[in-house]
Amino acid sequence: MPAQNGPPLRRTPLYPLHQSLGARMVAFAGYEMPVQYPTGILAEHLHTRAQAGLFDVSHMGQALLAGADAAAALEKLVPGDIRGLGPQRMRYTLLLNEAGGILDDLMATRLGDRLFVVVNAATKDRDFAHLQAHLGPAVWIDRLDDRALLALQGPAAAAVLERLAKDIAQMRFMSAAETTLDGQRCLVTRSGYTGEDGFEISLPAAGAQALAERLLAEPEVKPIGLGARDSLRLEAGLCLYGHDIDETTTPIEADLAWTIGKRRREDGDFPGASIILRQLTDGPARKRVGIRPDGRAPAREGTPILALGGAEIGHVTSGGFGPSLEAPVAMGYVEMASAAEGTALTLAVRGTARPAHVVRLPFVPHRYHRAYPNQPPQAGESNTAEPAGGTRR
Amino acid sequence: MTAPRFTKDHEWVRLDGDLAVIGITDYAQSQLGDVVYVELPEIGRHIEQGKEAAVVESVKAASDVYAPVSGEVAEINDALAADPAKVNSDPMGEGWFLKVRLADPTQLDQLMDEVAYQHFVEELH
Repeated sequence: MPAQNGPPLRRTPLYPLHQSLGARMVAFAGYEMPVQYPTGILAEHLHTRAQAGLFDVSHMGQALLAGADAAAALEKLVPGDIRGLGPQRMRYTLLLNEAGGILDDLMATRLGDRLFVVVNAATKDRDFAHLQAHLGPAVWIDRLDDRALLALQGPAAAAVLERLAKDIAQMRFMSAAETTLDGQRCLVTRSGYTGEDGFEISLPAAGAQALAERLLAEPEVKPIGLGARDSLRLEAGLCLYGHDIDETTTPIEADLAWTIGKRRREDGDFPGASIILRQLTDGPARKRVGIRPDGRAPAREGTPILALGGAEIGHVTSGGFGPSLEAPVAMGYVEMASAAEGTALTLAVRGTARPAHVVRLPFVPHRYHRAYPNQPPQAGESNTAEPAGGTRR
Repeated sequence: MTAPRFTKDHEWVRLDGDLAVIGITDYAQSQLGDVVYVELPEIGRHIEQGKEAAVVESVKAASDVYAPVSGEVAEINDALAADPAKVNSDPMGEGWFLKVRLADPTQLDQLMDEVAYQHFVEELH
């Protein structure tokens, strides 16, 4: 690793495995993480869409919230319907500030009278301090820093995991189960950050490498690094915190209005509700959209977005090459007048004007495992632009 | 063709008649990973030694390619538009980027030969 400024980088329990697999390690969110394995990002990306990929996401922040009515307490900080979560059900939601800006995005899962939350690695210390300060004395935050988190994603993920635990077959998208995998007690959720069917598996750090090796021994499974994790989530139209959403973007601007529960809208009792509900009624000034460059040149984060007349109307917040589409893809914020599907735009890529169009998200259709595929999605699991997984890496 | 010369930025250049052929090294392509797009200068443009001459993009990032020598762009590798992966599979051959009419042939002498470049790369690790 090149020398880094600041505190030394941390390692996940799978660090020795990454090394033995020949991973290229990079600094990410204070951790030394695998960005790719020897096969490379393109092959890893395509393999995940075709079969199954195993990701180490142990850098993310896991915690249990316990105590009298933790769900009601969490609702003071997020716009999601947390009280309404059924047993073992989970939801993608947002930590908001008083201006309606997004402090982080997270997954919240109901486990009996406790909530299991997973937050972003880069913001986890800030998030847990924020929770500690605002949840009140009746709620305990138990940080699960001694646990690893693996993600198994792709169309073959369920078949692979069923070989280790038959009850996996019963799980549907956005639900959790405590089960035994390879002799270890695990908390499994059917969720992810790729747009594919898949699972995230929380287990004690000490057993993580054994389970990872067990999964990698299955013929469909290959290890996948952060590089493909990013291209997969971008094709799936999922936000990356600190890029597509941050404290300066509201859920409405980010096109995440579906994360605001019906009861929550009626009660207007979440941070920034007055601003957010006004934007919901009147429309925001700008909105996150999907963008397809017409040519082959990728438009990276920060690329200016211009209307056809030449006026600057926003910036790309995530952009790169979509291996499944074999074409460049981007997301960014544009003024509402240019946000409609099909609108022609210009991207100023290194000073050169490149034509592009607004397109519907996701770029690659989601393939989540829903119990009743023909029914409309429930609140919190929209089938269109943005659903589970959130913006995590 | 003459033997290639190399820069510390991992470009190579060699003479083919009176033109200098320019590309990136095998080490450079291995560090970049899968190349998905190459942006080449227009024919006739003057490029300056050590300044940006092209851009190579992997899935993850865009990287500048610097001119190993100064000169006027005489030819670009159009095949890279349809098949940028040639940069990965054959960086010193079919994955060439551009050819320039050399402004000052002595600039080649300032660059590393193959042995010196191999030493340079080894010391990066």
